[in-house]
Amino acid sequence: MAADESYPDELRYHPQHDWARIDGDEAVLGITWYAQDALGELVHYEPPEQGATVTKDASYGEVESVKAVSDIIAPLSGEVIEVNQTVIDAPETVNEDPYGEGWLIRIRLSDPGEADTLLSADTYQAQLADQ
Amino acid sequence: MKLIFERSREGRRAARLPRNEDLPVPEVPSELRRSRPPRLPELPELEIVRHFTELTTRNFGIDTGFYPLGSCTMKYNPRVNERVVALPGFRDLHPHQGEDGAQGALELMYELQDMLAEITGLDAVSLQPAAGSQGELTGLMLMRAFFADRGEGDRRRKVVVADTAHGTNPASVTMAGYELVKVDTDKRGNIDLDDLRAKVDDETAGLMLTNPSTLGLFDEHIEEIARIFHEAGGLLYYDGANLNAVCGISRPGDMGFDIVHINLHKTFSQPHGGGGPGGGPIVVREPLEPFLPVPAVVREGSAFRLDYDRPKTIGKVRGFTGPFGVFVRSYAFIRSYGPALREMSEVAVLNANYLLARLREAYELPFERLCMHEFVLSARNLKREHGITALDVAKRLMDYGFHPPTIYFPLIVPEALMIEPTETEAKETLDDFCDAMLEIAREAGERPELLKEAPHRRPVRRLDEVKAAKRAIVRYRFDDHPELEGKPSEGEALEAQKGA
Amino acid sequence: MTYVHLTDADRAEMLETIGVSSVEELFRDIPEGVRFGRALDLGDPYSEQEIVERLEELAALNRPAGEEISFLGAGVYDHYVTAIVDAILQRGEFLTAYTPYQPELSQGVLQALFEYQTVICELTGMDVSNASGYDGTTVAADACFIAKHATGRTKVVLAESVNPQVRQVVRTYAPGFGLDVVDVPHRDGITDPDELRAAAEDAACVIFQQPNFFGCLEPAPDLAAASSDAGALPVAHVDPVSLGVLEAPGEYGCAIAIGEGQGAGNPLSFGGPHYGFIAAREEFTRRMPGRIVGETTDVDGQRGYVLTLQTREQHIRREKATSNITTNQTLLALGGLIQLCWLGPQGLRELGETCMALAEHAKERIGLPLVFPERTTFKEFAIRVGRPAAEVIRSARTKGIHPGYPLGRDYEGMDDVLLVAVTERRSLDDIEELAEVLTA
Repeated sequence: MAADESYPDELRYHPQHDWARIDGDEAVLGITWYAQDALGELVHYEPPEQGATVTKDASYGEVESVKAVSDIIAPLSGEVIEVNQTVIDAPETVNEDPYGEGWLIRIRLSDPGEADTLLSADTYQAQLADQ
Repeated sequence: MKLIFERSREGRRAARLPRNEDLPVPEVPSELRRSRPPRLPELPELEIVRHFTELTTRNFGIDTGFYPLGSCTMKYNPRVNERVVALPGFRDLHPHQGEDGAQGALELMYELQDMLAEITGLDAVSLQPAAGSQGELTGLMLMRAFFADRGEGDRRRKVVVADTAHGTNPASVTMAGYELVKVDTDKRGNIDLDDLRAKVDDETAGLMLTNPSTLGLFDEHIEEIARIFHEAGGLLYYDGANLNAVCGISRPGDMGFDIVHINLHKTFSQPHGGGGPGGGPIVVREPLEPFLPVPAVVREGSAFRLDYDRPKTIGKVRGFTGPFGVFVRSYAFIRSYGPALREMSEVAVLNANYLLARLREAYELPFERLCMHEFVLSARNLKREHGITALDVAKRLMDYGFHPPTIYFPLIVPEALMIEPTETEAKETLDDFCDAMLEIAREAGERPELLKEAPHRRPVRRLDEVKAAKRAIVRYRFDDHPELEGKPSEGEALEAQKGA
Repeated sequence: MTYVHLTDADRAEMLETIGVSSVEELFRDIPEGVRFGRALDLGDPYSEQEIVERLEELAALNRPAGEEISFLGAGVYDHYVTAIVDAILQRGEFLTAYTPYQPELSQGVLQALFEYQTVICELTGMDVSNASGYDGTTVAADACFIAKHATGRTKVVLAESVNPQVRQVVRTYAPGFGLDVVDVPHRDGITDPDELRAAAEDAACVIFQQPNFFGCLEPAPDLAAASSDAGALPVAHVDPVSLGVLEAPGEYGCAIAIGEGQGAGNPLSFGGPHYGFIAAREEFTRRMPGRIVGETTDVDGQRGYVLTLQTREQHIRREKATSNITTNQTLLALGGLIQLCWLGPQGLRELGETCMALAEHAKERIGLPLVFPERTTFKEFAIRVGRPAAEVIRSARTKGIHPGYPLGRDYEGMDDVLLVAVTERRSLDDIEELAEVLTA
C-alpha cells in the first residue's frame, strides 16, 4: 500500500530524488515519494557496508523493483554508521513510508556545509512540476 | 497444472537401456561416489509425453498466431528446414570428425559465409558466435584487438551507443572492457549529429548502431555518421537485429559499417525455440580479418579446411565452429530466396507501413515518418484519457488471439508498443490485427475494466512479478516447496482444462 | 520459393492506404549513396524439393556416427537420444515461440524451464540454475565473471586437465573482464590439490573438470577444499551423464557447477547448437547471468511461472548487467529436460554404470598401455598406440572405425596418444573391432 504523495518541509532534497534529515553532525538519508512511485514496488535493497564512505552526488547503493534498477544518490557526504535492516528485509517499506520507516542509511557528516546546496521541499516540488 | 515432479511415482520409469549383465561395473571411490540419487521424476513414457504435450497447449508460437514483436522478426519458420537439419549426415556428425569426414558440413559453412558477405557488403566471416549478443561481444573484441595491434589500444577506451539501443549493446560494451558513451536521438528519430560530434574524439574506438534503429527508422545521416567516426580513426559496428528491413536494398558495408553481426534467428528464420538457440555470425571488412576467431573455414582447391593457424586471432568465443544446426536452416532459407531476399525486405516494410497507416488514428505516433520493417506507437493518449497503459493493451490483445507487440521499449517512448509484422503475414492477418487494436482503443474509453482484467481466457492472468522477485522460488523444493498462497476464487477449477 | 503471400491486389490496396504510389517510395529515407544498385548474387531461388536435394547432397559428403563405429568423445558424446525429444521439441508451440516475456502466453515454456532449472539443481546439488547458457565453454566465462564480482579478485585458475576449448574461451573473454588466467598442470592425469591451493592464493575462482578431459576422476572434494582454503570460489565443470554415479558438486563444497549439456538430450550436430548449464549456491542468485524462471501466483491465486530477477539482465540493467546474454539455448535445454526425465534416476545411474563398464572392458580388450594406469576413469581413457595417433586414425577409418581423439593436438608429448570414449552406443562387437584395428 503506497503512501500518499508528500514532501515534508523539515527535510532537505537532492535533485535526483533523495532526501536528508539532518540531526546535528549526523543525517538520515532516503529516497523521495517521487522516486518510489517511479520505480514501483521495491523488491530489493542493496545497501553500502557499515563504515563505508558515501560521497555527495555519487551512488551509495541500489534499489530494485521488478522492472527497474536505480542507483541511490547521496545528498551529503559522510561515513555510514547505520543501515536500515527493516528495508533490507522488507523493501516495500520504502513505498509505504518513504520518509519514516523507509529510511535507508544514517551517516556521520564529513562536511555539514554541503547541506546549503540542497533544495527545500518547495523548490524540489517545483522542479518535479517542470519535469 | 502439476509440475512433472508432482506427477512422479516411485518405481515408474521410461527408459530401458541396453545392458551387458556380465560386465562388472568398476567401483567409484567412496569420496567421489554419488551419495543420494538425484530426484529426477519417475514416470512412464506416456506420462512424460502427456505432460509436455499439455505444456504446449499453454504456449503460443508463430505457428499459433500473429506475433508482432518489434526487433524480433517473428517470421514463419519453414518446416523444410527442420527436415534437412535432421538428415543423419548433419545430425549425427561429430565435430572432432576431422575435415575429411565433414566436407559437406564445411562446404555448407563456406557457402553460407559467402552469402552473408554478399548480403552485408563486407569481406570476411566468422560463423562462431552463438547469438546476436555474443556476436556483439565478438565484434567489440575484434575492435580491441585491431586497435591494440596498431598501438592505439590504451588510448581508445570508449564506445558510443545510441539511447535507443537494445540493452545488449551497453551490456556487451561493459563485458568487452570498454567505457560506454551514450548519444541522443533527435526529434526526427535520427542520431543527434551535434551531440555525436561532441562525443567522438581520438579516445573513441567506435560506434554500435542498428540501422534502421529500434524506432524502425533509417538514419538519414548515416553517411555523415560514418564519416565522423572514420575521420576520428574509429570503427563502426552494425547490430544486425533489424537487417530484415534492408536486404538487397542497402547493405551495412555500403553504409560505412566495418563489423556486422547477423541474427540468424531473426532475419534468416532459425526458430526461436522459446528463447534459443540462435546464431550471431559476424562479417568484417578486410583489415579486421586476421583477428577473427579460430578456426576459420577456408577453401584449398576443391577441398574445405579448418584453419587454426591464425596468429592474430582473438581466440575462441564458443566451442567448435559454432551452432551448426542453425547454419543448416539459414542456408536452406537463403537458398530458398536467392536474390528475392530483396522482395522479403520490401514486403516486411510494406506490411509495417500498412499497419502504421491503419493504427495511427487511434494511437500516438511519436515520429512523423514512414517506417521501415517495424514502428513504435505510444499508448500515452489512452493513459492520459482513460488510465489504460501499454500493458493493458497487450494483455487485451491476447483475448483477440494475438501475441502482443513489444511493450515499454525503446525507452525513449512512453507507453511504447513496438510492432514488427514481418513479410510472411497475409493481408487478412494484418487487417484482423488492426481491427483488434482499434477495437481495444474503443474499449479503453467505453469498457476499461475489460482491459484492466485481461486476459480473460488464458490459463493464468496477471502474474505477480513482485512476489516472484521477492521470494525467488527458482526450483521445485519437493517436500520443502512453499505452499500455494492466495486462494482461487469460488467456482474456479484449480487446473485449467486440458487443451485450453 | 519465398514465404511472401501478397497478391498484386493486396499490394495496390495497401499502398493506397499508406498514401504512397509505389513500394520504392517507402524507402525514400535511404540516401542514394548507400543504395544497393544490383541484384544480390546468391544464385537462383530453390523450390522446396531443390532445397532438400541440395542439402542431401551436402549431407552425403559427411561421415556421421551411423556410418562408422566411432569412439570419439572429447567434450561431445554419442549418447542415445530418445525419440520423444524430437516429438515434443518439434511441436510448433515450443519450436516457434519467442522468449517468454508475456507469461500468460508462455506458461508452457516457463514451466518447462522451471522444471529444467530444478533438474540441473538436483544433478549438481546447487540452489539456483539459469535457463541455459550457450554451451559448456561460455558458462566457464560466466562463472569467472560471477567470481570476479563476488570476490573482487582479478585472477582465475584453470586446471590443465579441463577441456582445452573451455580454457581457450575463458582466455578469450578474460581481457574484457580484466582477468588474468593461470593454468595448473596435471600430474599424471589429475590435479594436485596442494599445487592448486598455491596457485589459487589471490584467485577469484578455480575451475576443474570432473571427470576431466582425459576421462580421469579428479580428487574433486580435495580440489574444492584447496580452492576454498585460498579464498577462491571452487567451480566444477561436470558431465551431466556422470551425475547418476558421481557425487554432486554442491555436496563437496563447490560454489558453482557448470558443464556441457549435449550428452544429455542433444544430437552431435557437428558441435552445435547445444546447451551449457550453470548452477550456484543461493548466495550467488543475484549474480547469475541469463534468464531465470520463478514461481508465483496470479490474480486468481493460481500457481504460475514468470521470468524473474530480470533486473540482472541486459534489457533492464544494460551496462551493469550480469551478462549480455539474451537469446540462450532454451529448446536444447528442454531437450535435455525431456531426456533426463525419460532416463529417471535409475536410468541415469545405469547409463553411467554401463559407460564405465564398457570403457573398462575396452581397456582390457585393447590391451595397449594406458597413459594414466593408476586413475579411475568414467567413459573415456587415454592409451598410447605406439605410433603417431594421426596415422592410426587414418588407417582405422579405412576400416570403418574412428578410434578416438588425438590428445597430441592439445597436450605436449602425446602425439601417440588416443582418447577413447565408450558410450552405451558401443557394443561388445564394436569394441572387438576397435581392439583388432589398434593392435593390428
